[in-house]
Amino acid sequence: MNLLEVKGLGISFGGLKAVDDVSFAVKPGEIVSVIGPNGAGKTTLFNMISGIYLPSRGSVTLKGQDVTGTAPHKLAEMGLSRTFQNLQVFQEMTVLENVLAGYHLRVRGSILADLLSLPSMRRRAATAREGAQALLTRVRLDKAAGQEAGSLSYGALKRLEIARALALNPSILLLDEPAAGCNAVETEEIDHLIAELAASGIAILLVEHDMKLVMRISNHIVVLDHGEKIAEGDPVTVSRNPQVIAAYLGADHAEATHADS
Amino acid sequence: MGSRRKWIQLAVLAALIIVLPFFFPSSYYYRVGALIFVNALAVVGMVILIGYAGQISLGHAGFAGIGAYACALAPEYLGLHPGLALILGAVTSGVLALLIGRPILRLKGYYLGVATLGFGILVSMVLTNERALTGGPDGMSVADPGLRGMLRDLGWRLSVGELWYGVSAIALLIGAWVALNLFDSPTGRAMRALHGSEVAASTVGVDVARQKLRAFVISALYASVSGSLLALQNGFITPDVAGFMHSIEMVTMAVLGGVGSVLGGTLGAAILTTLPQVLTIFAEYEQLVLGAVMILVMIFLPQGLLPSIARRFRGRDE
Repeated sequence: MNLLEVKGLGISFGGLKAVDDVSFAVKPGEIVSVIGPNGAGKTTLFNMISGIYLPSRGSVTLKGQDVTGTAPHKLAEMGLSRTFQNLQVFQEMTVLENVLAGYHLRVRGSILADLLSLPSMRRRAATAREGAQALLTRVRLDKAAGQEAGSLSYGALKRLEIARALALNPSILLLDEPAAGCNAVETEEIDHLIAELAASGIAILLVEHDMKLVMRISNHIVVLDHGEKIAEGDPVTVSRNPQVIAAYLGADHAEATHADS
Repeated sequence: MGSRRKWIQLAVLAALIIVLPFFFPSSYYYRVGALIFVNALAVVGMVILIGYAGQISLGHAGFAGIGAYACALAPEYLGLHPGLALILGAVTSGVLALLIGRPILRLKGYYLGVATLGFGILVSMVLTNERALTGGPDGMSVADPGLRGMLRDLGWRLSVGELWYGVSAIALLIGAWVALNLFDSPTGRAMRALHGSEVAASTVGVDVARQKLRAFVISALYASVSGSLLALQNGFITPDVAGFMHSIEMVTMAVLGGVGSVLGGTLGAAILTTLPQVLTIFAEYEQLVLGAVMILVMIFLPQGLLPSIARRFRGRDE
């Protein structure tokens, strides 16, 4: 069964169709990448799927349930989690607290317990703390746990966002350019991490400019141009599609890989 | 880690409360101290609203007014004990905050500021105009809750000043304890997360509207209890308690002292409560000097007094 299904999804901003009639599906444990030149509508598509934008047309189905226009925090409860292209880290909180925030759904309890620091709250907090530490170790940020998040490097912040998203224990993870701004070693680490997550059964929906990364790890690729889907298929099929080469891999290929390396 | 910091902060606050009276030149200073603690209590509520959740209110004196007039009106018209009147005031403020918070908190930044400002003005106008009930701008007297008599029966002989110094200090300590608990709890973290990024907070499952509302209601309860204690210790109350200037004072004290920090907010309350009295030596230039001090602090210590100073000390250690 498909975990996520997008059907005829579209949105217009002031009469301009930013995304139009996009359909695809993601199965558990599958890595699906959305590629396309800058301004193709990839992030807009992500924002519609994750409930930040209300689509003008079409539908999003998560675990067989229509979730079109559902608020992000409700989607989070249903197991959909994401990271952001333009980092959305809680700057004034420590690295550990950022991940702890990701545990919100799993550790929230009565407000009274929180205000009075009742034992039930402390028990919940201790569980979250343990889990958060383990996640930080997984993305190699365990040593920075007590640091203010704002003081981290760009690549480290990218990993922090992934750790925070994983804290939700998601069944589908949307990653918006996780390797952008990362060096070759960091990119390879993220590559491994994504593969590992997929192997553990999490569905991954990926927007990424690093073509080598996309071609290496994707099971399925959706190509957008000017807000429309122009092709989809496995990496080999897509990379041979003449329309894709013309729109993306052709003129813009050198530029796109340059910009992100 | 978080828990140790909480107890250190509370210990510092408690130590100051206990030690300060030894340096009081006269018993008048018990009253100043009590006023500081009462103001600080409201400011701790603002620290939760502004510092944790990142929302602004320019009308929280409205809740202080409700708390204050509950203690003045309920004993007289309902025959309620002033202590119970404080609770009635808090419940009224909480329910009102819940009702107006829902639509108002959809607004952001200065729009939210103006909407809350409207609420504060509304409350102070009702208190001023309902002369038959409230005595209008002349104010009304507040019944003595009889705490001194109760303590005397237990063998504690306290002056009026000492009594309210103690009661306000205990209220502040409890308020600070609750606020510090909240800071390091899932709810507090959700508030601070939405302060950092509403979009990101919602994608990790934080119901942003709900958490904003919680911060608003909690801060309203602080303001209400602060207003009640002010009424009880003064034995008299005027609509100024709900006035625009009082709302602004609350925000200014919080921001000046350091809006993310409970101790900072308390320091801000202490300074802005005592400074006008110190500055009376400047006679008619008092307001001018006060304004200049505030501008200079915000220019040179933009994060507020306490966080900026703490940061500087930490910087020197390294």
